[in-house]
Amino acid sequence: MSKQPERIFIKGNEAIARGALAARCKCFFGYPITPQNDIPEFMSSEIIKAGGDFVQAESEVAAANMLLGAGAAGIRAMTSSSSPGMSLKQEAISYMAGSEIPAVIVNMNRGGPGLGDIGPAQGDYYQSTRGGGHGDYRHFTFGPGTVQEAYDLTIRAFDIAFEHRTPVLILGDAILGQMKEPITPWVPEGVDDEAGRDWAITGRTNARETAREKRLIKSLFLGEGELAGQNRHLQAKYDAWTDMAECEQFETEDAELIICAYGSIGRIAKSTVRAFRKQGKKVGLFRPITLYPFPSADLKKLAQAGKRFLTIEHNLGQMVDDVRLAIRTVADSDFFPIYPGNLPTPDELEAPILACLEGK
Amino acid sequence: MTEMQEKLVFSRPESVIDRPTHYCPGCHHGIAHRLVGELLDEMNLAENSLLVASIGCSVFLYNYLDVDAVEAPHGRAPAVATGVKRARPDNFVFTYQGDGDLASIGMAEIMHAANRGEKICVVFVNNTVYGMTGGQMAPTTLIGQKTTTTPAGRCITHEGAPIRMAEIIASLGGVAYAARGSLDSVKNISAAKKHLRKAFDCQLNATGFGFVELLSGCPTNWKMTPVQANERLQNEMIPYFPLGVFKDISEEGGIC
Amino acid sequence: MSRIEVREDRCKGCLLCTTVCPVDIIVQSDRFNVSGYKVVEVPEELKAKCTGCASCAMICPDIAITVYKTPRKKGGK
Repeated sequence: MSKQPERIFIKGNEAIARGALAARCKCFFGYPITPQNDIPEFMSSEIIKAGGDFVQAESEVAAANMLLGAGAAGIRAMTSSSSPGMSLKQEAISYMAGSEIPAVIVNMNRGGPGLGDIGPAQGDYYQSTRGGGHGDYRHFTFGPGTVQEAYDLTIRAFDIAFEHRTPVLILGDAILGQMKEPITPWVPEGVDDEAGRDWAITGRTNARETAREKRLIKSLFLGEGELAGQNRHLQAKYDAWTDMAECEQFETEDAELIICAYGSIGRIAKSTVRAFRKQGKKVGLFRPITLYPFPSADLKKLAQAGKRFLTIEHNLGQMVDDVRLAIRTVADSDFFPIYPGNLPTPDELEAPILACLEGK
Repeated sequence: MTEMQEKLVFSRPESVIDRPTHYCPGCHHGIAHRLVGELLDEMNLAENSLLVASIGCSVFLYNYLDVDAVEAPHGRAPAVATGVKRARPDNFVFTYQGDGDLASIGMAEIMHAANRGEKICVVFVNNTVYGMTGGQMAPTTLIGQKTTTTPAGRCITHEGAPIRMAEIIASLGGVAYAARGSLDSVKNISAAKKHLRKAFDCQLNATGFGFVELLSGCPTNWKMTPVQANERLQNEMIPYFPLGVFKDISEEGGIC
Repeated sequence: MSRIEVREDRCKGCLLCTTVCPVDIIVQSDRFNVSGYKVVEVPEELKAKCTGCASCAMICPDIAITVYKTPRKKGGK
């Protein structure tokens, strides 16, 4: 009687959109920018069919602020963009972090700085993991490496956003967004559409409540000691996320050299690791799935086991800082940059890994 | 016997919280707050209202009105209100913005929210200066008006001309109601309240976007007494910013 | 007799009310409130002239004025 689970063959962008709908996302605020256009295009009809609402905003600034409004109203909502647009969204993201508004934001990273190109890149790692706007804040950041993972993590992003009252970022890139893969879609059970009932602005009275005190969602704290208190509160929240860090470890147990890579590059590096293993070379892969919180503890364990490290990124060296911080008392990491504007193949990663393996 | 016939004819509306405001003496924000509060009471909206506060002197409106509120970044209140209204279409959603916030940094957001015909109301207080930051030139600053960033007076060839927002908003397709009132006199305050009521009605009837500009005094940054500021409003502002209704389709059944 | 009550702790002494009173009975007093503003008042000898029109309350930015109106009896003095 067991029914074969449904398999669909879709792009990463569409997987994220479908994942959001499965997670009962009710509002989507979009703005065109390559390479994420499939997401707003899909949502413009599908979220309406699902009983939600879609707005093509006048700018990324406005889209992110619409998201702020919908999140403050306690509704599952989302926006998506790519690097230049993400710079514009940072204003609202900082306000959302400061006023603890849940939201899901997607960045399909393209080449930069400036207008850059429309190809894949990982140049937004710092922006994504350090709090890309003004002020001292962080937000949860996922770095999916496959289309299935993009779907799965989008669903989880909504849960985390509401559980922790925080913006959650899904950081993909042009490869993930445009690549088609078969996935198994699933629908989470027990999603609470009114998860914000205890804090969201809903009106002092609504169908579910009797009259209550007014609510205020804000990030302005002018009173003596208030802002310090708010920052302390936020920091405690971020600290508590440490245990939620996730990674994929592939062939790390007996490896001499660990490749640290995330997202699409993590996936490409996995193919290279497989090729080396066929040759009997002891190479493994450490792929962070959460970029913030960074899976430092797992990485440190590998360092304590005497491993060596090579970080490979599609940028000039950003995540490597987190790798080095994680292992700083016991080991170091080499770094190999892939410049934006190029699309690396697994073969192209062989030379730098081999050089590192042979201690060159 | 006469005592028994005495009737309370004017008191604080319930929606306005009983606390002193931070505004300077003679600032008209307090009047605008009260008009909004009276309408929330009279139209029975307070418990269903969601306020989107803006940045400027009026940021603390959320401390004065007894409604749920969210604070928007500078100029973005119409975008935030769009998100709030799309998320909770059954609530009454309004923004309250000053002229620096709405007509300068927030020009894109106000134009597009209006043009989309968002079912929200915008209360726009125009006092021709950035108030909270200390009286710098605003997009509405009059020609020749001295501010801390136009010490010689605003010059049309260098700073351009003051923007008439009510007229611009009235020209956009999604707008159901656009009007300009003034808070300088009892007669104009009564008219301003009527404008606000119409704009609020446009949201309740889902007719479209409602916009009311309120000309206001800023004695501190104009470096005048409140009474002088009122005279300036009447003699200089109203001639440039004419009062009246610039668009009203509320009787026509709205925009699809 | 109609009358107004000025809530002195809220009055900021802007004097806008004095400009709109149709019977000119509101004046600045000699008293300062806790915030240091010189508050308005209706002198005792002018109180009887209040019409209860509420103009002063309408223009008061601080909702410091409450108005009570007593309808005049027809034919009364």
